Amino acid sequence: MKILIVGATSAIAQETAKHFAREQAELFLIARDKTKVEAVAADLIVRGAGHVASYPLDVTHIDALHAAVQAAVTDLQGLDAVLIAHGSLSDQRACEDSVAETLQEFRINCLSVIALLTIVANYFERQGTGCIAVISSVAGDRGRRSNYVYGAAKGAVSIFLEGLRSRLVRAGVSVVTIKPGFVDTPMTAHMKKNALFATPEAVGKRIYEVIKHPRDVLYVPWFWRPVMSFLRHVPHRVYKQLPF
Amino acid sequence: MNRYQSWGRYPTAVPSAVVTMTWQHDAIPFDAAPESFLPYGYGRSYGDSCLNDGGVLLDTRRLRRFLAFDPILGTLRCEAGTSLADILALIVPRGWFLPVTPGTKFVSIGGAIANDVHGKNHHRAGTFGRFVRCFELLRSTGERVYCSPTANADLFKATIGGLGLTGLILWAEIQLKPIVNPWIMVERIPFNHIAQFFDLSAETDRRYEYTVAWIDCFARGTARGRGIFIGGNHHHGDHPTRASQSASWSWTVPFTAPSCLLSPLVLKLFNRAYYALRSASARSIPEHYDQFFYPLDKIREWNRLYGRHGLLQYQCVIPPPHQQAGITAILDHIHRAKEGSFLAVLKQFGSLPSPGLLSFPREGTTLALDFPFRGASTLALLNTLDAIVRECGGAVYPAKDARMSPRQFEACFPQWREFLAYRDPKFSSSFWRRVTDNVPIDPLGHTLSGFPSRNSHESTLALAGDSSLYEQVSS
Repeated sequence: MKILIVGATSAIAQETAKHFAREQAELFLIARDKTKVEAVAADLIVRGAGHVASYPLDVTHIDALHAAVQAAVTDLQGLDAVLIAHGSLSDQRACEDSVAETLQEFRINCLSVIALLTIVANYFERQGTGCIAVISSVAGDRGRRSNYVYGAAKGAVSIFLEGLRSRLVRAGVSVVTIKPGFVDTPMTAHMKKNALFATPEAVGKRIYEVIKHPRDVLYVPWFWRPVMSFLRHVPHRVYKQLPF
Repeated sequence: MNRYQSWGRYPTAVPSAVVTMTWQHDAIPFDAAPESFLPYGYGRSYGDSCLNDGGVLLDTRRLRRFLAFDPILGTLRCEAGTSLADILALIVPRGWFLPVTPGTKFVSIGGAIANDVHGKNHHRAGTFGRFVRCFELLRSTGERVYCSPTANADLFKATIGGLGLTGLILWAEIQLKPIVNPWIMVERIPFNHIAQFFDLSAETDRRYEYTVAWIDCFARGTARGRGIFIGGNHHHGDHPTRASQSASWSWTVPFTAPSCLLSPLVLKLFNRAYYALRSASARSIPEHYDQFFYPLDKIREWNRLYGRHGLLQYQCVIPPPHQQAGITAILDHIHRAKEGSFLAVLKQFGSLPSPGLLSFPREGTTLALDFPFRGASTLALLNTLDAIVRECGGAVYPAKDARMSPRQFEACFPQWREFLAYRDPKFSSSFWRRVTDNVPIDPLGHTLSGFPSRNSHESTLALAGDSSLYEQVSS
């Protein structure tokens, strides 16, 4: 299998990639930090990956994305799947005080993703097969006072994917929206851990499985599906009073 | 809840801060914090050698990437927080195995080096440290030091068995050993008396790569001293037809049990049942390595069975010529104190030298015991055992210790003063402060002269009722 992973140094992406490495997949890794992405690449080679290339890139440099995807296609001689896993858990208070901060969070969590999707969607549509998996978030299902900037960016990604799925289903291409809840990773290092937190290992395994056997929307862990289904139906006049 | 405990859950310690290391180049605020630092992995040390009360812990569990693996030579390089479980999952399907493994695979490679761990093949292979080819050590100065038997050899020796006090190991490279398949041919031989253990060891240590014995501390009367000797070799043939499979199940103890769960009666019945079951089971069968080496790993968080007061492990080694007398004296004391151990494990260490400056293993017989912590009576019993170990010129294992006195540490590890030259001044642990604080470090005070004159009562107490030992050790 030939896979492009964007945000390959994220804890969840690393755990997902380990499963692909075990079955000798060929991987093209994009991440911002050169040292880190090379450490991940070395690990995946030891774990059995057939081929690993690393490509250091800050994905908010949107003009550079086309060349990056092109490089992946050239290096792997094709693509079977793309996993978009990069993101940043926005500092909500800082965003409230700063337009620049808010827009920057949108560039990372939303605009760069949409740009990448636009590029790879056309590639896969022409190819007539493949899987596009994107890590969105349960936070994108409904706005919350404590993180609506992050939530709005993820929500936009989820809706974009929903539309893209309808378009690409006709071409035989799967589009998977992955919605994790809280995951114990460096991104959530500052948060107090509780029973709702999942491990990156467990989440990575589910993502691997869903790329192998695509479905439309993956809540992970599974219990977020009923929880979010309930929350989506809470009327606004009640929802706005909720404490979180 | 404090996620940074030791396996015995005694004593409790609260770190002032935890720095989670995710990448080898993550910055550590060595200069910003006045406190000391200590690496922390999976918390499998029993006592306080992995704790740093009031200090900073460097959590290494996310430093778990492989760096390189040579499938021809069997060398593996990985980050310090990589667990032995992760390593086995990678190497066993490729025909390699750990050269030495402790009784749990949920330890980090950094911890295995820092405690210079040993396993059932000590009589053949020696300690884990003998298979460490090199590692990189981060010192609090920010310096990264490459250490091997030839490069910075002194620091290499000090770090093996150095209890995490020489700096943070970032990655290490070890030499693996080849295997044909994951099975171990196991033989279990019941014995009726402790003397038979020594005979069996002498006779079979050549025949078996792995040996260990379990003894029933609760058996009284004629059954006293009974146990089961276990020998194993790697299976070299084809896939065995009648083999126990690797059990894929594991069970997590869901909450801390009431302290009365492991009462003497329960422990006695458990030991009796275990003896009956094991002495009756097939003599020579292939067992999956998971089952042979890591039976307790199947019960996740088994330490919770000991209740909220936790448990105290006690592991010592008694060198020749006192090994038989010393071990017998220890078992007699436990017997008299009516404080049996849930699991009591005996093993004959070989004579291969341990590479670490502060390594615990040395030639002799090692005995590992665990006791539910019952306060003063448990501590008093262990102090008595310390005295026997001291009289016999043995040592107590720091990785399992939560209570030995500075004087005991001095007697077991007199080379600790030499170790001070390599210790990173910004690294410390609850254990280290307990056994070295307020102890004069003047090398002239090398012997017990640094301590108040010893209480002769303690030694008499230890050896009372065992005049043969007393004669041996006082001669």
